Amino acid sequence: MQIIKDREIIEDNWLHLDDEAELAAGNITVSLARWQEQHETLCDHEGGLGLRLTGEDPLEEVVPDLDSFTLIVLAFPAFTDGRCYSFARLLRDRFSFKGEIRAQGDVLYDQLFYMTQCGINSFELANQNRVVDALAAFDDFSESYQTTVAKPAPLYRRCR
Amino acid sequence: MYQYDKYDQAMIDQRVAQYRDQTRRYLAGELTEEQFRPLRLMNGLYVQIHAPMLRVAIPYGLMSSTQVRKVADISRKYDKGYVHFTTRQNFQLNWPALETVPDILAELASVQMHAIQSSGNCIRNTTSDQLAGVCEGEIEDPRPYCEIIRQWSTFHPEFAYLPRKFKIAVIGNAEDRAATKLHDIGLHLVKNQEGEVGFEVLVGGGLGRTPILGQQIRPFLEKKDLLSYLEAILRVYNRLGRRDNKYKARIKITVREHGINHIRELVEAEWVEIRDQLELDSKEIERVKGFFTEPEYDANAAEDTSFAEMQTEDANFARWVKQNVVAHKKPGYKAVHVSLKAPLSPPGDVTDSQLDLIADLADEFNMGEVRSTHDQNLLFSDIKQGDLYALWLRLEVESLATPNIGTLTDMICCPGLDFCGLANATSIPLAKEINERFSDLDYLYDLGDLKVKMSGCMNGCAHQSVGHIGILGVDKKGEEWYQFTLGGSSEADASLGQRLGRAIPKDDVVDTVSTLLDVYVEQREQDEPFLATVRRIGIDPFKERVYADN
Repeated sequence: MQIIKDREIIEDNWLHLDDEAELAAGNITVSLARWQEQHETLCDHEGGLGLRLTGEDPLEEVVPDLDSFTLIVLAFPAFTDGRCYSFARLLRDRFSFKGEIRAQGDVLYDQLFYMTQCGINSFELANQNRVVDALAAFDDFSESYQTTVAKPAPLYRRCR
Repeated sequence: MYQYDKYDQAMIDQRVAQYRDQTRRYLAGELTEEQFRPLRLMNGLYVQIHAPMLRVAIPYGLMSSTQVRKVADISRKYDKGYVHFTTRQNFQLNWPALETVPDILAELASVQMHAIQSSGNCIRNTTSDQLAGVCEGEIEDPRPYCEIIRQWSTFHPEFAYLPRKFKIAVIGNAEDRAATKLHDIGLHLVKNQEGEVGFEVLVGGGLGRTPILGQQIRPFLEKKDLLSYLEAILRVYNRLGRRDNKYKARIKITVREHGINHIRELVEAEWVEIRDQLELDSKEIERVKGFFTEPEYDANAAEDTSFAEMQTEDANFARWVKQNVVAHKKPGYKAVHVSLKAPLSPPGDVTDSQLDLIADLADEFNMGEVRSTHDQNLLFSDIKQGDLYALWLRLEVESLATPNIGTLTDMICCPGLDFCGLANATSIPLAKEINERFSDLDYLYDLGDLKVKMSGCMNGCAHQSVGHIGILGVDKKGEEWYQFTLGGSSEADASLGQRLGRAIPKDDVVDTVSTLLDVYVEQREQDEPFLATVRRIGIDPFKERVYADN
């Protein structure tokens, strides 16, 4: 599958492991439930380890473990469910997560700009045929007013 | 008023380009109906019964004459030559074609106007007191803070997909003319014991099917903390607000379910983490304040004698002055309501030629500005008393001087079943019937201050639950019925109206209003206004009379 990462199209090299699936070699992501259950085994995993979070998950409880992951996958079950925009900002601004943050699920062209502002840097688009077109979405706006992950000072302080 | 710089302008121009492409992709079948819906809503576009409806923001109600002329022009070119003003300082076009909306938005952008976030589950247009900056007893002009909030909320990336819509209102005067207690967040400029000016913050107010009054979450917030505190509230709401049921998704329900104390704890804990990072520079506050400085008032304005003379000479003028003209903080100046409640036109509607006249009058008499009000009227904020007679004559010609502000016929009314896809019942034709029945001005003046609010469905766009008399259209087996409430208020003494009793058939609505007024006239003490009488005697005497016959 192709994904967009840091504004480039790349072939994805992560495997999103179901809770029932056997551990596999290489880069894998697991749900929070699986992480909590198989914490020790997963720590010995050879290859990249990623965590999948949904807007329902207790983000703050995961914070002590963040160093174990190089990827956090945030779920957008519907593009109108905006909870994980807050998760992304908290992961970057407050919990200083430096790894990859990926949007997964109902991820569409028209949300990419806002997601990027919030600190999400990779995207599994819902529609694989739109990956090339979607690169244009990052330039929808040249500026934004707010203090965001992408621009940590507000417009007035930077430009006015 | 605020003037865009190149950054503001670039952002709205890019928004037009973005929406033009979204419309193109929708029409080409690349975006599904479901995918396009939230995108068009966040650009103000609803799809209604007959046609799309475009809602355009008038940030905190302030418009220049250039903008008013552009609105008139747009209504001629893309619509049927009229627009409708809403209760939240927006206006609506009722008949634009979906394909032309990008062009309309481009025309609006050319005069620094937009329809950004005027609908959808995001932060909506920030509203304020129509007398901001000119009324007596104001702590401070709220408009600079409204503009600061407008910029902060415009395209806020974290809060574009909230559980539900989110409305903020700011006032600087204790007389609440912006219904702040019925907003998701209400901000009141207040002075603390040390004499510093900051904000009292209310949260969790709202109308709709579950009307709830906002509660205080913080008695005093320093100005520098304004944006961090708003961001803390929004973040808590974005994470905690219900997404399983759209009728329980507003922050009023979040506050009710978790309790104000728990919400306060969460917000304050979040705020502590972000307040330093998001501190608002005093330099920025001063910069924005610079756009709202006092105009150069004529120090001799009060020396005019024609104002008093013309009131003696012309009784119609005197009547209009008494009803539609209000006090101003400067001697010799007045604020003037332009009534959009003429008897034969739908409440809040104004034609293109009326708008052109209003723009001309703004240039001639009001330093080129016009304001829209919560009561669906317009306002000239700085009229010299010596200009009032000339202004009145000109307004009269275009039926904009109906002397009915604050009376029964100054009704707040939603578009209702005639236009709206949500409505269960008509509202505009009933407003017209009420107007016809109660056309006698002496009777209206005798009734005094009376706020009638009528909505065509329980979404309550006309705020019926806070009307002195609230009328709500309901559908009963395909027939239009109307539920009355009494004793509501949206002002400083805000309260929710009490239900009068079972719903009333459409044909009896006007008679019922008449009966309610009879009871009031019989029961009132001296100059007691309607609301005070209802509060004193309760709703039973009204109920008994209305339902006496069956």
